[in-house]
Amino acid sequence: MASVDMPAHGARTVGDPYHIGHGVRQGTEISHGEGTLTSKRIVVGYGFWIFLLSDIIMFSAFFAAYAVLARQTAGGPTGAEVFDLKNVAIETVCLLLSSFTCGLASVAVEARRALWYYAAMLATFLLGAAFLFLEVREFADLIARGAGPDRSAFLSAFFTLVGCHGLHVTAGLLWLLTMMAQIFAKGFRPDILRRFLCFSLFWHALDIIWVALFTVVYLMGAGSSGAIL
Amino acid sequence: MTEEHVLHMEDTAPGDEPLAEGDVAGGIRAYLVGLGLALLLTAISFWLAGTSLVWRPAIPVALIVFAIGQMGVHLVYFLHITTAPDNTNNILALAFGVLIVFLIIGGSIWIMDHLNANMGETPPMQMSSPP
Repeated sequence: MASVDMPAHGARTVGDPYHIGHGVRQGTEISHGEGTLTSKRIVVGYGFWIFLLSDIIMFSAFFAAYAVLARQTAGGPTGAEVFDLKNVAIETVCLLLSSFTCGLASVAVEARRALWYYAAMLATFLLGAAFLFLEVREFADLIARGAGPDRSAFLSAFFTLVGCHGLHVTAGLLWLLTMMAQIFAKGFRPDILRRFLCFSLFWHALDIIWVALFTVVYLMGAGSSGAIL
Repeated sequence: MTEEHVLHMEDTAPGDEPLAEGDVAGGIRAYLVGLGLALLLTAISFWLAGTSLVWRPAIPVALIVFAIGQMGVHLVYFLHITTAPDNTNNILALAFGVLIVFLIIGGSIWIMDHLNANMGETPPMQMSSPP
């Protein structure tokens, strides 16, 4: 019990009093309700993790809608007719590399190297922006060819699902610039580091959603296996 | 209780790599391994989608398997989700999220398939006979 009441851990604040998932810990601090040892970084990171999972569950609803509507083309074009897999491959590589450079930015933050951090974040921004540019160009091309979201249920579901991911990437790019500015203006302060942790989680989660997206929408919709869904 | 013991009992925030303190080269190497694996799985997926070498009905299942594998690579190497005791909370939340995702997607496809089967193929402009 001595550890719980020890005042030596000034940085650690109250939170997670039940220590869920810690069978080894004696449960006595439950009755005290004070002075547990969970740091704010863990509470913030965990809370943001819960948000990301909720966001993924929201995406799953769009995926379900797409899976159900993928064959309802109303006489309009099918996925195999409108998808350009080469474009999708370039988009995928851009987003994957941006996830990697975001990881490098995390390492730079750990090492407190400001210059590396700016370089890695700039690379992440450029790759993310390239991804977004390719996606917007694809959308504009589809709409110009009369295959806009109003053409069929399939295209409505497609634009909703892929567009929602694109909106997330747009928000992520704005957040990325904010994080560069905050490190520049405020330095490697603990609160800024927590924000950066959340940003990197967000950016990596976007790439995970894109993996599901290019597999289910593009590869299964346009590959040699034909329209499976 | 020593500081060391206390640290062992702490949770780890998702995205934090607990063992990589100050080890810049090791951190970069881990991200490089993740990038390599992810690129490999992506390349296999795109190759599978365009090939005629594989039995076609097997392609969708293979694509899903490779996608799930790549998500696992991202979770482990980019988000640093592990099976260690300090990650139990993160894993439990993830497991619950995955459960809901499968319920929503699987349930929707299941129900709508049965609805479509029961409805039969209806012509889009079928007129009901006037009373």
